Amino acid sequence: MSNIPHLLVHEHDDNVGVVVVEGLTAGTEMFCCVTHDNSTFTLKAEEDVPIGHKIALQDFSTGDTAIKYGEDIGKIIADIPKGHHVHTHNCKTKRW
Amino acid sequence: MSKYSNMTFMGYRRENGRVGVRNHVIILPVDDISNAAVEAVANNVKGTLALPHAYGRLQFGEDLELHFRTMIGTGANPNVHSVVVIGIEPGWTKRIADGIRETGKEVAEFSIEQKGDFETIRAASWAAKDFVHKATEVQREECSIKELWVSTKCGESDTTTGLGSCPTVGNMYDKLLPEGITGFFGETSEITGAEHICQQRAINDEVGERWYKMWKAYQDDVIFAHQTVDLSDSQPTKGNIEGGLTTIEEKALGNLEKIGRTSQYIDILEPAEQPKSGDGLYFMDSSSAAAECVTLMAAGGAVVHTFPTGQGNVVGNPIVPVIKITANPRTVRTMSEHVDVDVSGILRREMTIDQAGDELIDMIRRTANGRHTAAEALGHREFSMTKLYRSA
Repeated sequence: MSNIPHLLVHEHDDNVGVVVVEGLTAGTEMFCCVTHDNSTFTLKAEEDVPIGHKIALQDFSTGDTAIKYGEDIGKIIADIPKGHHVHTHNCKTKRW
Repeated sequence: MSKYSNMTFMGYRRENGRVGVRNHVIILPVDDISNAAVEAVANNVKGTLALPHAYGRLQFGEDLELHFRTMIGTGANPNVHSVVVIGIEPGWTKRIADGIRETGKEVAEFSIEQKGDFETIRAASWAAKDFVHKATEVQREECSIKELWVSTKCGESDTTTGLGSCPTVGNMYDKLLPEGITGFFGETSEITGAEHICQQRAINDEVGERWYKMWKAYQDDVIFAHQTVDLSDSQPTKGNIEGGLTTIEEKALGNLEKIGRTSQYIDILEPAEQPKSGDGLYFMDSSSAAAECVTLMAAGGAVVHTFPTGQGNVVGNPIVPVIKITANPRTVRTMSEHVDVDVSGILRREMTIDQAGDELIDMIRRTANGRHTAAEALGHREFSMTKLYRSA
C-alpha cells in the first residue's frame, strides 16, 4: 500500500474505525483501510482524535449499536455525527 | 510438512522428559514469613533466584489447593533445574517439596521452627550452593519445536492489540499448534463479550459446554457476588480506556485474536493446573491481571510466554521469559526498552499478519535458545499468587 492509513476498520459491517496515527487533527481527509480485504476509502475527521481511539463511520443516534470486528461492542448513549470521536462519553457496554 | 516442522532449539531436557529454556535454581518460600530466610539464602549463593510472595498461612479449601498447585507447579516447571524449599513448619514444606520431587529433579527442604532463621539459612545455603554447581554443568541440547510449551496473555491492551499484536500471537499458534506444541490462553473475565465466539472455538461441544460453565461460574460467583456499581472501572482498565478501548466487548474481541483463525482448544485447566490431554491448546481459568496470569501459566508448565501489549505493560516473570509484542507506534517510540517484537508495521500496512507471526516465531526460537527478553534484561520478576478468598 503506497499510502499509510490514518484509520483502520476491521470488517465491512463495522460502523467505527480506529485511528492509527499520532496527532490526528480535525479536518484531516483520512485515508482509511478495511483490514479484512485491504479495501480503502476516505473520511474527514471532524475532531482531534488520539491514536487508538475510534471515529464514527456513520451518523449515530442514541440507542444505536456500535459494531466492530463485525460484532456488537456496545450501545450509543449520545448522538454522534459521522467523523466524530466514539468513546466512553457516548458509547457503553450493554452488560455492566 | 511445513517450514516450521524441522525447527529446533537448544533446551534443557529434564528428568521427566520435559524441556526447559532456562536453568534456574530457585529458593521457594512456602509462606510469607519464610521470605526473609529465602532472600538471605539467595543473597548468600549467587546464581540462585528467590521467589518471595505474600501468602501461604491459614488458607483452606480450594484456595489452599491452588496455593499448593502454584508452588509445586512453579518448582516443577522445566525452566527450573532444582529447588530449595523453606517453610515455617515441616508439614506443608514437605508436601510442596514432595510434589516437586515427582518430576525427578533435586529438591532440598528446610523448616524454620525449632531452628530459627540463622540455622535454616546456613543449612539451606549449603544445599543451594550444591545445586548451583550442578546446574551450571548442565548443557543445552537440540530439541524439536514440538517440545515447547508456549503461553499467552495480553496486557495494557488498546485497540492496536486487536489490530496487530494479538493477531500476531494467533498467527503463531495457527502455525505451531499443528506442529505439536502445547499452548495456553485464559483471562476468564476478559472473554466477556466474546464468550459466544470462545465457546465455538472448543474442539467439540462437550469441551465448549464445560468452558461456558466455567466462564458463567466466574460471572455469577465472583463478578455478580462482589460488584459494587459495575465493573466499568476495572474492565476495561483506565489504561485500556486511555488507549481507546471503550467496552469489555471490544476488549474481549481483541483479546480473542490471540488464538488466531484456526486454533481450537482441546481442554480446560484449573488455575495453575498442568495439562494432561496431550499436545494442543488449553484454556486456563485465570485472572486477567498480568503477573497473576503469567504466574499461573508458568505453574501449569509453560516455558515461554508471549505477551501482546498496546499501551505498554512492563510485566515479567522470574522463571519464564516473557516476550513483549506491540503494534502501537507510540509505545514503540516511548517504551522501546520493553519491546521484543515491534509489529507496528501492521498498522501502516507495511507488514502482514503472516510476516508478523513469522517474526514472533523467530523471537520465540531465539528466546528459547537463551536470548534474554526485555523483561529479563530489565529485571522484571513479578511472581504473584492468585488468592480465591480470605484466609481463616
